Amino acid sequence: MTGVLVDTTVNGDAVQFACPTDETLLDSLRDRVGLTGVKEGCGTGDCGACSITLDGQLVCSCLVLGVEANGSEIGTVEGLADSESLHPLQEQFINHAALQCGICTPGFLVAAKALLDKNKDPSEEQIRYALAGNLCRCTGYDKIVRAVQAAAKDLRKKKK
Amino acid sequence: MTHDQSFTNQKFKVVGTRVNRPDGVDKVTGRAKYGADATAPGQLVGLFLRSPHAHARIKKIDTSKAEKLKGVKAVITSADLPDHTNGALLDKLTNCMARDRVLYDGHAVAAVAAIDRQTAKKALKLIKVSYEVLPHVTDVDEAMKPGAPIVQPGTKTRGVDPKPTKDSNVAGVSTFGHGDLDAGFKEADVIIEKSYKTEQTHQGYIEPHACLASVGPDGSGELWVTTQGHYTYRTDCAALLGMDLAKLKVTSSEIGGGFGGKTHVWIEPIALALSRKANRPVKAVMTREEVFKASGPTCSTSMDIKIGVKKDGTITAGSAHIRYQDGAFPFIWGQLGAMTAFACYDLKNVQAVGYDVLVNRPKVAAYRAPSAPMAAFGVESTMDLLAEAIGMDPVELRIKNAAKEGTKASYGPTYGPIGIGPTLEAAKNHPHMKTKLKKNQGRGMACGFWFNFGGQTCTDINIGSDGTVNLSLGTVDVGGSRASMSLICAEELGIPYEQVKANVADTSSLGHNDTTEGSRGTFSSGMATIFAAREAIEELKNRAAQMWDIPVEEIEWIDGEARAVGQQHDNLPPLTLKEIAAKAAGTGGPIAGHNEVVADGAGVSFASHICDVEVDPETGGTKVVRYTVIQDAGKAIHPDYVEGQFQGGAAQGIGWALNEEYIYGEDGTLQNAGFLDYRIPVCSDLPFIDTQILEIPNPNHPYGIRGVGETSIVPPLAAIGNAVSNAAGVRMTHVPMSPPRILKAIEDAGA
Amino acid sequence: MQVSLTGGLRSAANGAETIDIEAETIRELMNKLLEAYPDMQDHMDPGIAVSIDGEIYRDSPAKKIPPNSEVFLLPRLQGG
Repeated sequence: MTGVLVDTTVNGDAVQFACPTDETLLDSLRDRVGLTGVKEGCGTGDCGACSITLDGQLVCSCLVLGVEANGSEIGTVEGLADSESLHPLQEQFINHAALQCGICTPGFLVAAKALLDKNKDPSEEQIRYALAGNLCRCTGYDKIVRAVQAAAKDLRKKKK
Repeated sequence: MTHDQSFTNQKFKVVGTRVNRPDGVDKVTGRAKYGADATAPGQLVGLFLRSPHAHARIKKIDTSKAEKLKGVKAVITSADLPDHTNGALLDKLTNCMARDRVLYDGHAVAAVAAIDRQTAKKALKLIKVSYEVLPHVTDVDEAMKPGAPIVQPGTKTRGVDPKPTKDSNVAGVSTFGHGDLDAGFKEADVIIEKSYKTEQTHQGYIEPHACLASVGPDGSGELWVTTQGHYTYRTDCAALLGMDLAKLKVTSSEIGGGFGGKTHVWIEPIALALSRKANRPVKAVMTREEVFKASGPTCSTSMDIKIGVKKDGTITAGSAHIRYQDGAFPFIWGQLGAMTAFACYDLKNVQAVGYDVLVNRPKVAAYRAPSAPMAAFGVESTMDLLAEAIGMDPVELRIKNAAKEGTKASYGPTYGPIGIGPTLEAAKNHPHMKTKLKKNQGRGMACGFWFNFGGQTCTDINIGSDGTVNLSLGTVDVGGSRASMSLICAEELGIPYEQVKANVADTSSLGHNDTTEGSRGTFSSGMATIFAAREAIEELKNRAAQMWDIPVEEIEWIDGEARAVGQQHDNLPPLTLKEIAAKAAGTGGPIAGHNEVVADGAGVSFASHICDVEVDPETGGTKVVRYTVIQDAGKAIHPDYVEGQFQGGAAQGIGWALNEEYIYGEDGTLQNAGFLDYRIPVCSDLPFIDTQILEIPNPNHPYGIRGVGETSIVPPLAAIGNAVSNAAGVRMTHVPMSPPRILKAIEDAGA
Repeated sequence: MQVSLTGGLRSAANGAETIDIEAETIRELMNKLLEAYPDMQDHMDPGIAVSIDGEIYRDSPAKKIPPNSEVFLLPRLQGG
């Protein structure tokens, strides 16, 4: 492998990895950094299972090259919980049975957090459109939307 | 020990509650390990070379250049695999790796294992395959015409008299039914005859097929894999490769959706073969394009439905001819469809004929209540046409003709207690039915039927010295079943839910379990868990007897503790499970319960769906504005996950009804092998999906459980078709009812 | 005992809708079926299920068939 050295911050920690120039950030995160919570469902940016934040921006990591992440801050599902407790979104996904097989869950959580970071009180429609880039085949999205609504409420309470 | 599986109207303490699932934290933190998430020291990357043709003879495969590439550790073609000519496994193996001919676009012809993905990709490019392209056929009706290219030479139609002598793409014809059709149609006041088509769809699980295979030179191997049936994968892989069952350990990873698509082997035997040849672990993961092209979608169909009815709504006769394309390998999908077509109704004169037809498309696999949704689309659409023709409410027409206990089912046997009547009554009385519709909106309903299975099942309960309980299951957990099984285990033992930890055992830790299909997980593993817990309780009582030094007959197990019965034992305080477990070392060692069962008698399942849609007359686009699922669950162990099955099946049905379809080009290649062009419903496409769980106990399960996983996908195609018809005034006979098809129907109706 | 055949199974019994076989268990029924109609072998591989009084049995060869029960032979089902 002819690789390029990439310096990043992942979930707050300094991380360095080497990857070929044609490798996706998704593969780098999974195969080189060991963050297999980032899932591959399609590899073409259609399913959102590989959603991460790159410098605060929600992206599909399968559409970004590993080398492009040099100097960037990356956020994945593994960084959602703090050492004390789960993030309210994680809590409410469990409480609302908002996952069945769970393969899409990491992407949904990252996308939902990106929404709630910007919009503290989204309407049902805003939630549905914000999550329209994430495919779930098990739930029909019903319990996912309810979980995000409940988490938004929890977060608003926390702030007060 | 044999156990009585009859329903006993037990009062529940924890069953039926909405507890948090035991694998929840792992799944929301990214820790849960799926098919592609495992690694092994020295692992190689396995990739497949696939046919670009729909049908071709393989003249030659030259792998020499690929083999010489640095970093390539193994290359495999069919020549490297055991020869199963004339064996029962030939079709399975030939689908995993083509032999003399490729039968569909995406059919595997070679595979490589290399030190990394880049090298493996290079190696694929160095493999030279010379093809002689053959004529192909991908449409089910075209494939049945005389002169159509023959997909599998040697195929003679089964089920027709006299036995045919000529090859045909029709692998089988199966007829179900009873009575006298002609006499029945003569009695009818109105007869509706209509033809319908449904396109091919894919289960669309978000996790592609993935495995990590490792075989050593001693013939022992391990397979980590995403599957609905790790025991079945073991059986198939071992048989295909000539391995001993006991020496192949298959571990079911967390499974990222299956819906029937992960009931068959695809890349797994080849990954094992690569590993055996390279003597290194091999990880193989399908791309999404490979999943669409080379796993097992469901059938496309074409059908003719004819139903006759009297003015009072009595159906006098029903007939269905349904042609299912099975892909390139024959199966009984047409038979299954014919069995289900009229199963909701009590008909004196009925006949359903199913055709199993071969085409140059991927081998069809099960997809949630396989074959039933298409037949229901034809029959339930025709039911609405009949209701309209005689001026009767469509729900009333269905209620009037609904099957009930004692009805002779259209597929033969007589029904026991069933839930079709109650789901229809619930639909009739549901508040959804009374809401007002707006402009361009329409309401439709439909009902659906599916079989449930039981099958071979085996469960272990091991009680730790601290009184916590390990529950080992052999059915995989696709949608929360570890939570349901833990509830059942806690219920029986009389302990808190949190005291039980359920896990899915690998094939070397537990006896054979049939694949988790046919809505059987909760029914059968639930039954085995109940019986295993009852065995553990007998042992707990034995241990308490020793601790107290009294005869075991004088001990009862109540609310999680042993109680000595009778006045002479008034001085003995109860012994809890924890107290007994703590003393296990001195009373006979570990305490366990175990059960093997062939859980037959799963019964049948019914659902009724109501939906409102809005059709845009300008674009032909359809929006589902309200959707209600009513289904009989027998007993909902964990209502959240029962609702989840109802909602998920409805959502898949909505996608099938409105958007999803395999589109083949003139050249027989798949044009839309990706989620961009094969569009499944997204969050903004759907409303909340209302559910109503009915609980009509299954007489053949101690808790009354019925399978709930599949039936929810049966009614949506027809429910939406009926709603679209009421909204736009056009009867849609071709699924999916995509905007261009609806627009054309509106234009044709106006012209 | 009268055994009803459905679907493709009929062609393996020369088109008969019902056949007469005396059997106390599913295993005996299957053995005698194959003896009388060797073509049934074609259907044994994908599998045959037996419905006894409306209950479908797929894997219970030892299951006793009560006298005067309604017996149907069905294709072995596959689910998703």
